[in-house]
Amino acid sequence: MSYLGITALNLKWALKGPATRGYPLAPRRVIADSRGALAFAKANCIYCSVCRKKCPTGAIGVNRNQKKWAIDRLRCISCGYCVEVCPKDCLSLTTYMSPPTVTKDREVF
Amino acid sequence: MARTIIPFGPQHPVLPEPIHLDLAIEDEKVVDVLPSVGFIHRGLERLVERKDFQEFVYVAERICGICSFIHGQTYCQGIEELMQVEVPARAQYLRTIWGELSRLHSHLLWLGLLADSFGFESLFMHSWRVRERILDQIEATTGGRVIFGSCKIGGVRRDISPEALAVMRKELDVIERDMREIVDVFLGDSSVKRRLQGVGVLSRDDAYILGCVGPTARASGVAQDMRSLGYAAFRDIKVEPIVRTEGDSYARCVVRCAELFQSVDIIRQAIDRIPPGAIETKVTGFPDGEILVRTEQPRGEVAYYLRANGSRNLQRFRVRTPTFANLPALVRMLPGANLADVPVLVLTIDPCISCTER
Ligand code: SF4
Ligand code: SF4
Repeated sequence: MSYLGITALNLKWALKGPATRGYPLAPRRVIADSRGALAFAKANCIYCSVCRKKCPTGAIGVNRNQKKWAIDRLRCISCGYCVEVCPKDCLSLTTYMSPPTVTKDREVF
Repeated sequence: MARTIIPFGPQHPVLPEPIHLDLAIEDEKVVDVLPSVGFIHRGLERLVERKDFQEFVYVAERICGICSFIHGQTYCQGIEELMQVEVPARAQYLRTIWGELSRLHSHLLWLGLLADSFGFESLFMHSWRVRERILDQIEATTGGRVIFGSCKIGGVRRDISPEALAVMRKELDVIERDMREIVDVFLGDSSVKRRLQGVGVLSRDDAYILGCVGPTARASGVAQDMRSLGYAAFRDIKVEPIVRTEGDSYARCVVRCAELFQSVDIIRQAIDRIPPGAIETKVTGFPDGEILVRTEQPRGEVAYYLRANGSRNLQRFRVRTPTFANLPALVRMLPGANLADVPVLVLTIDPCISCTER
């Protein structure tokens, strides 16, 4: 009959201090290579629409005539498929999430 | 004694996901049970008609949030076999490592939920604390914590560098030590034993006849583990199913605890033996024909049926998930149990309802 195992474990961790971070006072720990929000570098884009066609959620819109590239952040699942297929390497995934929003706007570049 | 019907779920503190049970109760004992599922059907199987077969990996991964990687892997294995694509050995090993990492975090999640189901909150917190370290390893190597997004048809999307593998190996030592601490409590603590031992006994015959899979079947003495089919790196890494014969809730807990260390061992072996080389084979053309693939998920065997006709979209996609196979066993276990044990029993089959309903 043993009830002491959990007592010892609890004591050990009570003395060690919390295993969690005091967010937002303590900063978020960023893990390199994490898949976050999509970043777009307008300078290289040739508006070929490959990213729009491949995106599994239909988050990207491309208008070749007006030279516009748009993304619906709420649809993007940060899968990185568009990053893989872009011929000009103008897309990349960052390590931070896109900011919270209350409207379903498309971000147009 | 008069019968009362008590509705259990679909919203219940012990259930992360909705399943509904009508419990017929006499005094405090369950005498009959009628389950109903179907609260979160999403129609994912039908989506094959709209998404092309390469994109569908992303959908397959989203069938379940806990065994997401193995869902993606099973789908890819099926398409690869249809198209006769040879997957590079390194990719096979990477898939195995990620698959076992998801088994680890799934079992730790389950242990936490089990502790929570009988009100052992501190043990619940400890389980999830350890799980966090595994999620960190997953995020560092795949970029995601829940949806890995790293499996693709023909191989994997990301490689793990030798340095990252070394870090993972070191981290596994810490994780193993931490897991040992909590597993000792799960298996040794008297209050845990009192809640689990002899509760919800499922005989070997019942487990076999009802078609149970995974830890639920293994705890009842059915030695069945799809990893012994030898998919991915299990060609080289042999897996012995962990079997108990008692068939009670405690046995199901013991099996999952032992599988934690088995998975750590598999990952260690995979890290030691991983060959260098390419991580993907280019895939061209479209799949044709039909196939059934089986793999071992944390909850048991999952079966994928795929039918293709040489076009971009599959014709038919069907998944038989482990929880669906284990639900009849739950219905068998519940009669005779105390009402207070129902949450524990529901959890011991490790129900994953979003899988079941897709
Ligand atoms: S694939 Fe690249 S270059 Fe083409 S439209 Fe998209 S971002 Fe621009
Ligand atoms: S990361 Fe994925 S979901 Fe997001 S825009 Fe690119 S392809 Fe679409």
